[in-house]
Amino acid sequence: MGCSTDIFGTGLKGDLVVQEKKMMVQDFSFYYDSFQALKNINLDFRSNEIFTLFGPARSGKTTLLKSLNRLTDFIYGARHSGTILLDGKDIYDPKWNLTQLRRRVGIVFDLPTPLPMSIFDNVAYGPKLSGKTKTSLKNMVEKALRSAVLWEEVKDRLNTSALRLSGGQQQRLCIARVLALEPEVLLLDEPCSGLDPISTTSIEETLVQLKKEYTIILVPHNIQQASRVADRAGFFLNGELVEVGPAYQIFTGPKDRRTEDYITGRFG
Amino acid sequence: MRSNRLRYVTQSVAKILIWIAALSTIAVMILILFQILREGLPILRLSFFTQSPKSMGREGGILTPIIGTVALTVVAIIVATPLGVGTAVFLREYTRESRISRVIRFGTDCLAGVPSIIFGLFGFVFFVIYLNMGWSILSGGLTLAAMILPTIICTTEEAIKAIPYSFREVSYSLGGTKWQTVTRAILPNALPGIFTGIILSVGRSIGETAAIILTAGSSLVMPTSLFSPIRTMAVHFYILAREGISMEMAYGTGAALILLVLFVNTIANGLLNRYIRHRS
Amino acid sequence: MEIKEKLIEKILLFIALSSISILALIAFFIFGEGLPFIWKIGPHAFLLGERWVPSHGEFGILPMIVGSFWVTLGALLLGIPLGLACAIFLCEWTPPLAATFLRPAIQLLAAIPSVIYGFWGLVVLVPLVRTYLGGPGLSILSGSVILGFMILPTIISISEDALRALPPYYKAGGLALGATHWQTIWRVLIPAARSGIVASIILGMGRAIGETMAMIMILGNAVKMPSSFLDSARTLTTNIGIEMGYASGSHRQALFATGVILFFIIMILNSSAIVLSRRRVE
Repeated sequence: MGCSTDIFGTGLKGDLVVQEKKMMVQDFSFYYDSFQALKNINLDFRSNEIFTLFGPARSGKTTLLKSLNRLTDFIYGARHSGTILLDGKDIYDPKWNLTQLRRRVGIVFDLPTPLPMSIFDNVAYGPKLSGKTKTSLKNMVEKALRSAVLWEEVKDRLNTSALRLSGGQQQRLCIARVLALEPEVLLLDEPCSGLDPISTTSIEETLVQLKKEYTIILVPHNIQQASRVADRAGFFLNGELVEVGPAYQIFTGPKDRRTEDYITGRFG
Repeated sequence: MRSNRLRYVTQSVAKILIWIAALSTIAVMILILFQILREGLPILRLSFFTQSPKSMGREGGILTPIIGTVALTVVAIIVATPLGVGTAVFLREYTRESRISRVIRFGTDCLAGVPSIIFGLFGFVFFVIYLNMGWSILSGGLTLAAMILPTIICTTEEAIKAIPYSFREVSYSLGGTKWQTVTRAILPNALPGIFTGIILSVGRSIGETAAIILTAGSSLVMPTSLFSPIRTMAVHFYILAREGISMEMAYGTGAALILLVLFVNTIANGLLNRYIRHRS
Repeated sequence: MEIKEKLIEKILLFIALSSISILALIAFFIFGEGLPFIWKIGPHAFLLGERWVPSHGEFGILPMIVGSFWVTLGALLLGIPLGLACAIFLCEWTPPLAATFLRPAIQLLAAIPSVIYGFWGLVVLVPLVRTYLGGPGLSILSGSVILGFMILPTIISISEDALRALPPYYKAGGLALGATHWQTIWRVLIPAARSGIVASIILGMGRAIGETMAMIMILGNAVKMPSSFLDSARTLTTNIGIEMGYASGSHRQALFATGVILFFIIMILNSSAIVLSRRRVE
């Protein structure tokens, strides 16, 4: 990937390897009643990259993530200004089909959230909603489980309850569940927060695999994870986007004092 | 020092009084069951359940009243369940705290406190006379449905409330619409709670008398359709006892009634406990 | 898809509205039958008339109002202390063994049909009262005692909820100040749970006023102003329950008019209980 300091740039610069701008956040602010959670964010996410949003707790990362597929719609008293574009189209346009948006932009939550049903039914939940037939379901489930590197572990017990899986397996199941929708963008909100190091490693490996096909936006659960997997990163503080850039640059030589304080503070 | 001792004396006296209260509550419950079952259980032979009452209930069994109880309960549950579950789903998933949800909640809370004799008057003038259904299974069943509706709404709401928010978030995030989320992620998981509400309502239907006597009548003739009048076990028991037709038969019917209510209640509690344990 | 979702939402709204429209229908039909009658003979003659002789066209329900009042008062005199004591027992002392007996006992008390209560009162309590206290036995006293036990589950469960909803530091604070457990309960917890407890009492009162079948069997149903607790009496509910079976014409209207008064009282009680418990939640 090319190195560009002009991440807000509008055009192409020099010999930059051009990646498609999959989602663009423009002048986006978000409020919970009177509390402003996001302050005028401008940011773009490119296809086939892993972008990490990092920063201290309550800095607005999750809010931005959930705004990207409008899960924030259900929060009472919430409002926003500015726009978010998916392939150049405003996702807050009232004409958007919300369910279509959520299929194209899938999300994995911080804690594993298997529904109390079988492994198969969990993965098939999304495809079933759009009325897929039984035979195609089987293939979809297998493909999704393979992509999430879970297939080998569960292929013999697809009909057992998903609640019986270990935490790491449950989280990969949740990833598979999203992948079964064949989304274009994958949002992950601290997907490894409750997991042991081995599960974390396997999920991170999975993510790097998935990068080939998806746009991945990740809220990492710590900076080490961010530096391990990210292509680009953005640092959030109190609802502000402080700094954006290629991951190696942000994590080794941040330009902003606050970013540096946070990173070095974290490392000791 | 003295006042200190006084405080502990007061506490001991209070403790003793509270113990007495708790024990006497248990004692009364046992006395009621004991009295009815002691006199009634010997009457409960198989033929008591398989024969219809003869000569006003002086002889024979309680087959027709059993059928009456079952018929009315079934009608009530069939009518009230979709209404109650629908209302609860609307309140929990389709509205936030708004004027309309407050009005609906106030209405159901009030409905829960309306005495059964008022339901009886209403059922009589509305179903029996105004809608010309006469004293019938249908009139009685619909009146009962109105009575148990608040219970079903309330238990369904509680069951839906107990479902973690994440289930909804997951379903929506996977592209589910609201209705798909309700039918596939919420209701299946609320089912045990809803079922408990239904069982509790069955218990209430079995014991109800005042509303039924005014809407379903007290006929001992075997019903042939939904428009036939009917007598339930509770009504039969009441008539036997109050008109002094047969104390023996009254005790038998009362014992059968109590056993039925105990049975239904045990199921409801068992379900409820399993449900709570399952949840936590 | 969108249209289907909208349609479903409308259907659910319709269902929810029809659920509460039942309450409106009840009010409409009972008022429709009863109000014109009250209007015709005059609220004064109806509410304060002491004679109820339908065959002579005399419809005064004062004896029933007084009867309902005394029976309910008696039930509360028994039910409140007993209910509060049981609620305290369940959430403050809770000796495990006793609680395992008390809780199912209360659930059973709630589940036993009112005709069974009435019957038990008739065959056990009424003879006792007649033998030891005199009078007909079928009396306000017998009715009050039975009713007191019938409203116990209501009072216990709602006061228990109110007590359990208190934050634990109330109790810790009371004990830390050197109060005995009982003082903490009496001076801190009960006052703090006041509105919930009052709501439970009001609901219990509503249940007592509304009870019909058990009262028909125990009260004796005489239409006269009761002069003592050992007198037989008739309540608003039993008046309807006894005579509805054969009433017609203005007699039936008079019974519906009795229902109007009953409905009115119940609505006032219910609304105040609801307002009280709302306040507790907020």
